[in-house]
Amino acid sequence: MNRHEYPNIDFTDFALDLDLSRRDLLKTLGGGIFIFFCLGDRAPLEAQQNSLPSDFNAFLRIGADGRVTCYTGKIEMGQGNLMGLAQLLAEEVDVRLESVDVVAGDTLLCPWDGGTWGSTSTRGFGPPLRAAGAEARMVLLELAAERLRVPQGRLIAQDGVIFDSQQPDQRVTYGELAQGQPIARHAKQKPALKSPSEFKVINTPHLRRDGLEKVTGKAVYAGDVRLPGMLYARILRPPAHGAKLKNVDTSAAEKVEGVTVVRDGDFVAVLHPNWDQADAALAKVVAEFDPSPSTLDDQTIFDYLVAHGGSGRIVAQGGAFGPSRTPLTVVEHTYFDGYKAHAPLETHTALAQVEGNKVTVWVGTQTPFPARDEIAQTLGFAANNVRVITPFVGGGFGGKGSVNTQAVEAARLSRATGKPVQVCWSREEEFFFDAFRPAAVVKIKAALGKDGRVASWDYSVYAAGDRGAAHFYDIPNHRTTSFDAAVHPFATGPWRAPGNSTNCFARESHIDLLAAHAKMDPIEFRLRHLKDQRAIGVLKAAAEKFGWQPAPAPSGRGLGVAVGTDVGAWVAEIAEVEVDPRTGHVQVKRVVCAQDMGLVVNPQGATLQMEGCITMGLGYTLSEDIHFQNGMILDRSLDAYELPGFAAVPQIETVLLDRRDQPMNGGGEPAIILVGAVVANAIYDATGTRLFQLPMTPERVRQAIAALG
Amino acid sequence: MAETIAFTLNDKPVSVTTDGQRPLLWVLRTDFGLTGTKFGCGQADCGTCTVLVDNKAVRSCVYPVRNARGRQVRTIEGLAANGELHPLQKAFVEHDALQCGFCTPGMILAAYSLLLKNPQPTREEIIQGMSRNLCRCGAHTRIIDAIQSAAAAMMGGKV
Repeated sequence: MNRHEYPNIDFTDFALDLDLSRRDLLKTLGGGIFIFFCLGDRAPLEAQQNSLPSDFNAFLRIGADGRVTCYTGKIEMGQGNLMGLAQLLAEEVDVRLESVDVVAGDTLLCPWDGGTWGSTSTRGFGPPLRAAGAEARMVLLELAAERLRVPQGRLIAQDGVIFDSQQPDQRVTYGELAQGQPIARHAKQKPALKSPSEFKVINTPHLRRDGLEKVTGKAVYAGDVRLPGMLYARILRPPAHGAKLKNVDTSAAEKVEGVTVVRDGDFVAVLHPNWDQADAALAKVVAEFDPSPSTLDDQTIFDYLVAHGGSGRIVAQGGAFGPSRTPLTVVEHTYFDGYKAHAPLETHTALAQVEGNKVTVWVGTQTPFPARDEIAQTLGFAANNVRVITPFVGGGFGGKGSVNTQAVEAARLSRATGKPVQVCWSREEEFFFDAFRPAAVVKIKAALGKDGRVASWDYSVYAAGDRGAAHFYDIPNHRTTSFDAAVHPFATGPWRAPGNSTNCFARESHIDLLAAHAKMDPIEFRLRHLKDQRAIGVLKAAAEKFGWQPAPAPSGRGLGVAVGTDVGAWVAEIAEVEVDPRTGHVQVKRVVCAQDMGLVVNPQGATLQMEGCITMGLGYTLSEDIHFQNGMILDRSLDAYELPGFAAVPQIETVLLDRRDQPMNGGGEPAIILVGAVVANAIYDATGTRLFQLPMTPERVRQAIAALG
Repeated sequence: MAETIAFTLNDKPVSVTTDGQRPLLWVLRTDFGLTGTKFGCGQADCGTCTVLVDNKAVRSCVYPVRNARGRQVRTIEGLAANGELHPLQKAFVEHDALQCGFCTPGMILAAYSLLLKNPQPTREEIIQGMSRNLCRCGAHTRIIDAIQSAAAAMMGGKV
């Protein structure tokens, strides 16, 4: 089945095969109506890619108070998915949006989930949740028919009340139906999902659900959880990746009042009831490390990645590469991208409390269930004796999905000390242990015919991965190869729209070069090579919003355009920049973004994500770059590693295409993929200078302009 | 060395006996349990730890607690008065001027300090005044809008 389609839920009743912990959970939660929905072989994509647990039934609950609770393994890290999920559920169950609660990221209460990444909250978890909501409504109608002794066909459900259409005073509320013993069941008939014409809640804009908590300081993050007797741990770290501990002397730290030192092989931690005093005591630990075996740095890394890329994988191909009968202009370039940090403002943080053979861990993570399994494995505990609770997460961007080390460290230290232990990484640790967005190289060789059409396209990407690598233009002879065997000198991992920003930077820069060679307007050139109606749709929408006046680049106006696709959505952006040739400073003045993400559940939330993507994208585009040498990360502060600040932010205008009859696509990532490309193309349009490496720092821009003469 | 430091915290007199060199941030977060003030870097680079000392925004992660002696300290928990949100808090909610929310307390207090100095800042002045507070989610344009809107709402003399 196409993963973007709604799942065809099987509504036949079946015996509930729940494992013990889930049956206990029903007891814990008390009365209400529990609706089970089988993910099974119709699971969202992440579930299909992982081994399924024995009990993967999810559920929602209708309480005796009439409130509807959604239990989701997804987490809230700023992306606003809690509102979108609540909207989906309110719509299908037919209750007011305010009556829906969402419990997220608690491995005891919530159904298994692979993690909050890949923009899967809505497009992955949303369809089964909608189906479960529709089923809940049907179950309520069945129960109401029994209660009111009225044929079900005569009943109408609305805002949490069911009434007889012939005798409206014959009514019963959801809360009344849910009172008493837990009722766990499936519907007997197959309910239909609401159609777009019936939507009252879906596709309407709503403010964030967590605004009030977050402006008052009441929102709880992992570091804000307090337990009696808890200790804060600071951990001894190597100066470089691959550096091994030779010897360590903790005696001075041990003399500090209130300090506990834990040593387990190379793992040395200093604990104290205050974080800052644990930190001060850690500074008294004297340690000697062998140097890192790595001799790479941020200059030599690119040759290394190409040399170690492996034999390559063909991602897409068509036609053939052979001698041409007509003269062609060959355009060949290599594009470079450096390592990027996730740099969430909340560093990796966890609080663990081991009690006997059980442990509870509060952790800022995008992957509570994998974190649970990692903790269980390290401690030798059964997975169901590990409970991971995910409070609000202070930014993730992919960086809190693959790295849960701090949770494992906290659990180890809680077991060692017998006390609750919080591990809150310093900013230096956050940079050092980040799983960076990988540095990458893209080589493109393309040929342009005299007719102004691209005749061939040979694309090789090293180390970025193949997301967004395959082009979508109408080019008869083409080949896309991904060389992804690269061994990096430190951890790399998914960074918002992994690989796609690098691939879009290379592809859309190169398309722009070809358009310039053809002396054609860059939008017109793209439209001539596009067949996909959604790509054409977003490009035209962006051009219209911007008020695009066609002209070949470089026009001197400083305008750039790009189009791309990610997580099922299509996106087009147009940027206007001003370049100071003397300093090389690039000021992005205006960005227009048009997005087709299918059905938009919360247009307000989607807009926030587009704005966030564009703003965050300015960082990888203009300033963010990890410098390193011999295993040492040289940028380890928010002073050295420059995030986009207020002064960098342009006027941002967004357009969401109305595609409410289409499946829901991702929205948390698409708009970031084009920022590098549109700015590179706009710099070219302004100056006639093409930048081939991200980030386009003032120094690089200045040098490129100077080289042009 | 432990010393006793008395100051006013969110309009209430408090005192703490501790090493006076400890950062105010951690004294607030641990000794007083006021966790709305966030640790983001410990190096005064990001602004998530911003609090008000005598109505001036300071980076509490590098501010020794002994410097607070006898002063008025205000954290995000002490901004709403009599259960009523401050206009800046209201504006941040109404403009969706946040995502993950981790920078939000610091942003609001930095903006509070800015508006005290300059009650009707231009857009450029807001950008300038907020430039040392970082947001990774990219809520910047909405934060600017929220501050402008709060400034307008506060024209009635309500601070």
